[in-house]
Amino acid sequence: MQAMSQSVVRRVGLFLVLLAGLIAFFGSEKAANRQGNSKRIVVTYWEKWTGDEMQAMKHIVDDFNASQDKIEVRYLSISGIADKALLATSGGNPPDIAGLWSDQIVQFADAGALTNLDDLAREAGIKQSDYIPAYWNEMTYNGHLYAFPSSPGTSALYVNRALVPPEYRSPETFPKTLSELKVFIDKVSKTNPDGSISTVGFLPREGFGSGSWPYLFGAAFADGEKITVNSPGNLTAWKWVHSFAQRFGVRETQAFRNGFGNYSSPQNPFLSGKEATLMDGPWFSNFIRLYNPKTDWFVVPFPYPDGHPEWKGYTVLNLNTLMIPKGAKHPKEAFEFVRFVQQQPNMEKLCTAQFCNSPLAKVSYSFIKNHPNKSIAVFDKLARSSRAVGPVKLGVWDQIRSEVGNAVDEMDLDQKTPEAALNDAQTRLEAQWTKYKEQVLNR
Amino acid sequence: MKARQDQRVGILFALPWILGFSLFLAYPLISSLCFSFTNFSILRSPRYIGFSNYSELLGDKVFHTSLVNTLLFAAASVPLATVFAILMALLLNSNVKGMAFYRTIFYIPSLVPMVALGVLWLWVFNSNYGLLNMGLERIHIPGPPWLTDPAWTKWTLVIISVWGTGNAMVIYLAGLQDVPQSLYEAAELDGAKTWAKTRHVTIPMISPVILFNVVMGLIGSMQTFALPYVMFPGGQPARSTYFFSMYLYDTAFLFQRMGYASAMGWVMFLITLALTLVALKLSTKHVHYEGG
Repeated sequence: MQAMSQSVVRRVGLFLVLLAGLIAFFGSEKAANRQGNSKRIVVTYWEKWTGDEMQAMKHIVDDFNASQDKIEVRYLSISGIADKALLATSGGNPPDIAGLWSDQIVQFADAGALTNLDDLAREAGIKQSDYIPAYWNEMTYNGHLYAFPSSPGTSALYVNRALVPPEYRSPETFPKTLSELKVFIDKVSKTNPDGSISTVGFLPREGFGSGSWPYLFGAAFADGEKITVNSPGNLTAWKWVHSFAQRFGVRETQAFRNGFGNYSSPQNPFLSGKEATLMDGPWFSNFIRLYNPKTDWFVVPFPYPDGHPEWKGYTVLNLNTLMIPKGAKHPKEAFEFVRFVQQQPNMEKLCTAQFCNSPLAKVSYSFIKNHPNKSIAVFDKLARSSRAVGPVKLGVWDQIRSEVGNAVDEMDLDQKTPEAALNDAQTRLEAQWTKYKEQVLNR
Repeated sequence: MKARQDQRVGILFALPWILGFSLFLAYPLISSLCFSFTNFSILRSPRYIGFSNYSELLGDKVFHTSLVNTLLFAAASVPLATVFAILMALLLNSNVKGMAFYRTIFYIPSLVPMVALGVLWLWVFNSNYGLLNMGLERIHIPGPPWLTDPAWTKWTLVIISVWGTGNAMVIYLAGLQDVPQSLYEAAELDGAKTWAKTRHVTIPMISPVILFNVVMGLIGSMQTFALPYVMFPGGQPARSTYFFSMYLYDTAFLFQRMGYASAMGWVMFLITLALTLVALKLSTKHVHYEGG
């Protein structure tokens, strides 16, 4: 009798375990489908942002969900979004919309992981002329449209009025050329009695766009499919960057930079008064507001190399994008949301809340007038410049950044001459590009 | 019949572990070995390329740099952390009032998450605002740029590695409490003082524990990732803190070369295995097992 009841208990136990397993399985399937009980089609949207930036997009998502009754966008803030989107896409269960950066388009597109948006855009009446040309260029690859912008960025030079002599305290009188900038830096930079640096006029290795200086000098990391990180133009640019370490001293510069806090903190060198100028994006005005609102600042385009007025208007672009991964369950519905974001009032609402300029060709007067970054017009103008540069459209862009960054470290630490450091980077990058072509592009 | 029934029940109870092990350990392990012989970019199907990934590693300078960085870090951090943990355990093994409180206090640091720890240490080693350089300044020693000078960056991480010795310390403490009191009494009768008792009784008696912690420390330091990843993005400056696991991660997820990264992972495994075997071999003469 006891044996029998034990057997029954065991069977009931086994049944419960199986039942739990089945519930877990189907429950997870349901979770994976993410439809829940809603009659609306649920579109999942993964985004990288947290804090204020996340909230800014949350308002747009809420507006979209309230604007119609067919689609519901579920907005999730995801850390390490690039890795997770990559793995989810590979596993066949990607989000319907992934908020990635524009420099990831090439790698994802080369691997066939993105939905080509040409037809959807055409059907929706979205045209190239709706966007600032440099941003449209960022959205496309090999002539196809793979992403739409959420919020963009453009770099310009922030100047702290309190740290510069009176003659430099307005955008009109601020240096226009690199030689004038050099005179300015010499006047502003100060050292302590022990030789350590107390303030610098400018450091080219801080801020947004600090890895793209060759473009200021008319050079590029690649010419079509040929990597050119050791070209004469690149060498000129990095020698100019290296001249700052030489000017202030290798050890002194190291010690000075060691004292900098996090980028988005009150100890940022610009915010703590260690650096009189900083190349950065429009969002930086939000950091000023948050961490040192008493800073009296203005923004100017970065000075151009002497004798090359045609290189005026240099700026580095950055674009947060909305992509629809291949394998997304509801690409058309996802595109409806993407399209909603592209409408001028919604885009301007998002970009205002994120302290960014708009990627759209048409910008309203009230956007410029009421924008929390008082210099947003400068950023807007720079984005429209022919000297606006974005990431290299090669699948080895991350390797280029890594190798060039390391080469500049080696120069600044006097471990290698600029020529040797760039030649080494070129050799490694050529090998990696060859490998990429073989392994990913099947060439 | 009963034995078979028991066996079935036993398997049923072990099933969660067997499933977990098979799905989350054995399967990825075998998969990564297979991927190491392929060209696999995560988003495309793997393609067999033989030993190409392994031969490419031989000529990869960044791989060599990251390997040397990792070995140097392991060589410095494992002995330092071992000595520190033993010293702490010896102190916490003494008969002082409120010892439980001290033990808890010294163990707590090892519970702090690595990322939080990384941010915290960035402040400590900051040359302008950092506690360390401010302390050094007070005794008229100019503090080095811990975070930006390649000559110091690895040392920064070695010093930090001591912070996480709480787990090892607890194991040493357990080992110390297992040492029979009679051995100390016998040593005292022979005229042994504190150092002699430590040298000839304590150390030999806890030598299996030391071996265990050294091997675990070695494996852990070969896999160092989170701290340098948070404190020195990209292994800056000049890849002086670019460790093996950071290069592996970048290769897999940033450069999307999962096949090559898998090969790196297996090379790392073989190196760690070899070092562990060397440690075990070297230990045969120095490790004393009770009753063995």
